[in-house]
Amino acid sequence: MLYRESGQYKTSYTDDQAIFPLKQDRWLMAIALVIAFVVIPLTSSEYMLEAVIIPFLIFALAAIGLNLLAGYCGQISLGTGGFMAVGGYTAYKLTTSLPDMNMIIVFLLSGVAAAFVGIMFGIPSLRIKGFYLAVATLAAQFFLQWLFNKVEWFYNYNPSGTITAPPREMFGFVVTGPHATAEARYMITLVVVAVLALVAKNLTRGHIGRSWMAIRDMDIAAEIIGIRPLHAKLSAFAISSFYCGVAGSLFVFTWLGSVETEAFNINLSFQVLFMVIIGGLGSILGSFIGAAFITAVPILLTNAPQFFGFNLPIDLQKHFEVMIFGVLIIFFVIVEPHGLARLWQITKEKLRLWPFPY
Amino acid sequence: MNETRNIGDTLLKVDNISLSFGGVKAITGVSLEIREREICAIIGPNGAGKTSMLNVINGFYHPQEGTITFGGEVRKQMRPHLAAAGGIARTFQNVALFTGMSTLDNIMTGRNLKMKKNFLWQALNIGPARKEELEHREFVEHIIDFLEIEAIRKTPVGRLPYGLQKRVELGRALAAEPKLLLLDEPMAGMNVEEKEDMCRFILDTNDEFGTTIGLIEHDMGVVMDLSDHVVVLDHGEKIADGVPDVVRADQNVIDAYLGVAHD
Amino acid sequence: MFRQNGSFAKTMEVLNAIFVLPFVDMFTEPVFFAEVVVGGLLTGVMYSLVALGFVLIFKASGVFNFAQGAMVLFAALTLVGLMEKGVPVWLALIIAAGVMVIVAVVIEKLVLRPLVNQPDIILFMATIGITFFLEGFGETVWGSDIHRLDVGIPDATFEIGGMLLNEFDIWAAAIGAAMVAFLALFFRYTVIGRALRAVADDHQAALSVGIPLKTIWIVVWSVAGFVGLVAGIMWGTKSGVQFSLSLIALKALPVLILGGFTSIPGAIVGGLIIGVGEKVAEIYWGPLIGGAIENWFAYMLALAFLLFRPQGLFGEKIIERV
Ligand SMILES: Nc1ncnc2c1ncn2[C@@H]1O[C@H](COP(=O)(O)OP(=O)(O)O)[C@@H](O)[C@H]1O
Ligand SMILES: [Mg+2]
Repeated sequence: MLYRESGQYKTSYTDDQAIFPLKQDRWLMAIALVIAFVVIPLTSSEYMLEAVIIPFLIFALAAIGLNLLAGYCGQISLGTGGFMAVGGYTAYKLTTSLPDMNMIIVFLLSGVAAAFVGIMFGIPSLRIKGFYLAVATLAAQFFLQWLFNKVEWFYNYNPSGTITAPPREMFGFVVTGPHATAEARYMITLVVVAVLALVAKNLTRGHIGRSWMAIRDMDIAAEIIGIRPLHAKLSAFAISSFYCGVAGSLFVFTWLGSVETEAFNINLSFQVLFMVIIGGLGSILGSFIGAAFITAVPILLTNAPQFFGFNLPIDLQKHFEVMIFGVLIIFFVIVEPHGLARLWQITKEKLRLWPFPY
Repeated sequence: MNETRNIGDTLLKVDNISLSFGGVKAITGVSLEIREREICAIIGPNGAGKTSMLNVINGFYHPQEGTITFGGEVRKQMRPHLAAAGGIARTFQNVALFTGMSTLDNIMTGRNLKMKKNFLWQALNIGPARKEELEHREFVEHIIDFLEIEAIRKTPVGRLPYGLQKRVELGRALAAEPKLLLLDEPMAGMNVEEKEDMCRFILDTNDEFGTTIGLIEHDMGVVMDLSDHVVVLDHGEKIADGVPDVVRADQNVIDAYLGVAHD
Repeated sequence: MFRQNGSFAKTMEVLNAIFVLPFVDMFTEPVFFAEVVVGGLLTGVMYSLVALGFVLIFKASGVFNFAQGAMVLFAALTLVGLMEKGVPVWLALIIAAGVMVIVAVVIEKLVLRPLVNQPDIILFMATIGITFFLEGFGETVWGSDIHRLDVGIPDATFEIGGMLLNEFDIWAAAIGAAMVAFLALFFRYTVIGRALRAVADDHQAALSVGIPLKTIWIVVWSVAGFVGLVAGIMWGTKSGVQFSLSLIALKALPVLILGGFTSIPGAIVGGLIIGVGEKVAEIYWGPLIGGAIENWFAYMLALAFLLFRPQGLFGEKIIERV
């Protein structure tokens, strides 16, 4: 087997601090990038991109956001949908009032807006913990959803109450709006997600990430060694919400194209939470795995009955899906409470030692 | 012992501190001084208020009365981050490590206060942030060598045996390069060999880096060997304060400890 | 440096509308105000009922049972489903209660036991799984239409001192109160109740009472199921048995942060405060900002409250130790 570290001596701390200290991991990563940037755009059907891959990427980004907060800093949030809404609506307001603004800037500014809102709703975390905080973040979810629904300015007084991504170009390609090709939308989503994932990885490995984890593991001790809970928690809320905000703007602009406030409801918050827990709390890779899982399962469940030749009435099938989804969550939580990323890691460790287990 | 040691001026002065929780008085009117480069032991039976005293010193508990003078500043109460930034580090009676992180990362958190590069640099992991990270990593590796824990560098601390956890915790405190190091029962629950190691680390720290140490310990042998000066608390009050040999012979101290034996 | 211009007048008007007019309204029409308050109290009782289920389970097993709302829905669906099949009310009630016991047993066996000693968040996640399962299962079996539920509680309106009241609401409040009294007695005077309290403090202590943890958990989840059934009947009679029942249950969450996760009186008082606060806010301030603030007001109220008293209504201030 090829997966092992023998012979790879790290001669300096620089090498040891690299993101992927193992050569094989670097190779895997390179292959994944080639697939993402070359193979997928060349081979995937429009349906595949629209229904599976683009949402997967966007959810992965939101899951990274929530993971930074919940998995790394230990602050559970059920307000993800609300923060994504801030991103979506900010992007809409920006593009409609400043038509010439570069889309990348639009996405980033949407994240910044969400970050500010995240800080506001993160303030209670300085006084309350655990599930109390989780419940408190529901305030963000319901309030923001209400706000974007009630204040017509946010959707430019559009009588239907929806926001629609206007067509915008980048490098000569239409990347948003009804005429943007799936490939173009995919590429821009991919670039944003890939860069932000790398940034997240870096942050978690630096002193900010360590201060988050310290707060997560033992907040009192963290405070006593000089980590200020205020800074650590609010920066986690800010950066986490930034990610959710960018994900929210992509959600509208490169995936759905047109949404109502209802799209950002509490179920979205839960969906992202599932991804984080099933994928693995405190793991960037896990956020991707979790997103893949939660995006794929409903699609499989929807198509499975037909595949096996059943023809269930549509609403019955919906209920079945919900039920099976519940069972799957329980199953995975029991089988591997640390998430699928941990399974992957264990497999890697086994391979590393194979064929001599000791 | 004092003659051969280079003990300086008062570093920390705790003056007439009283602390209570609801009706429970944890500390009543205690004053004490710790001087630069000395090792000061705080002893006393369980519940005497020793841990509470450390908590007051580094700002985790806020006393109702009294003042704390550290680094020339007089305060009614400390704040944890001020204490940490001012150079007070500590370990805890019940190990308080970050269990989800590796030994290396735990000790790195001890350097957090010294790491200044903002998050944009960290996000890109280039230039200054990377350089800073490496410099601190090097410092931390020295501590790892010093404490002889090279082998567990990458192990999540939750998986380590108790004795090693205590050592990592000491490492995390040392990483802050403290002026005053407070150790809350660093040898509790250790076997003889581990205790000897820990004693050695404490003495070496004091020797090599000139770190002032405040130490809570139950093992009288250890206390007598290590400390320059001993403060005895009982029921939240100070009942003795002086060089080890004098304190050991003090009738109040003997009574307090005998009293515990009868509890 | 005040300029008496339009914007100043406008500001005053807004302030007036926020800080003065609502109170003027309350005083000039006290009967209406009383009606609003009573209405709020009655809704509050219903919130309390749902919150009570949460508290029971959290107290005994430390699990934050997100599925409490789904249990309300599931119990109500079972009841109404049976009644629609022609089963008499009393029998349907017994069967529904029995089903809730089965649910408790299954949850203990398949979910709680394999997850003993896992972190809280994992158990929380598992209860979200349970939520999905119960919702999906209930609707698979009984369909997703809105079912009318009538278990024979009188539902006439009457008048006291100019206030219009609904008989059903009074019944609901009475049943809620009875439920609480019953639980309080149960906790205090039965062996299993005492074991429950012991288990809340310390699992080891509970074992010394001589009742296996497993039994305690099943009992607690069953009792929470019964409480859910009662809550389901109340809500279901009022607004029909439908999917949104499990969402109404989310409203019990701010009640919990207000009252504390482990306090039964907290659940009651918290429920009443949230019920009244929400109604009063919606009626007197809601129109100023476009209405429908019931969706979030309870959470904001609880949040604001927590900023001043993080330990909740009845919790004691704990100074953490190291
Ligand atoms: N956070 C707290 N809340 C309530 N009482 C406390 C707290 N911390 C300490 N105490 C009380 O203060 C007294 C002294 O405790 P402590 O300082 O831990 O003693 P020692 O470390 O000498 O064994 C004890 O009676 C203890 O119960
Ligand atoms: Mg102590």
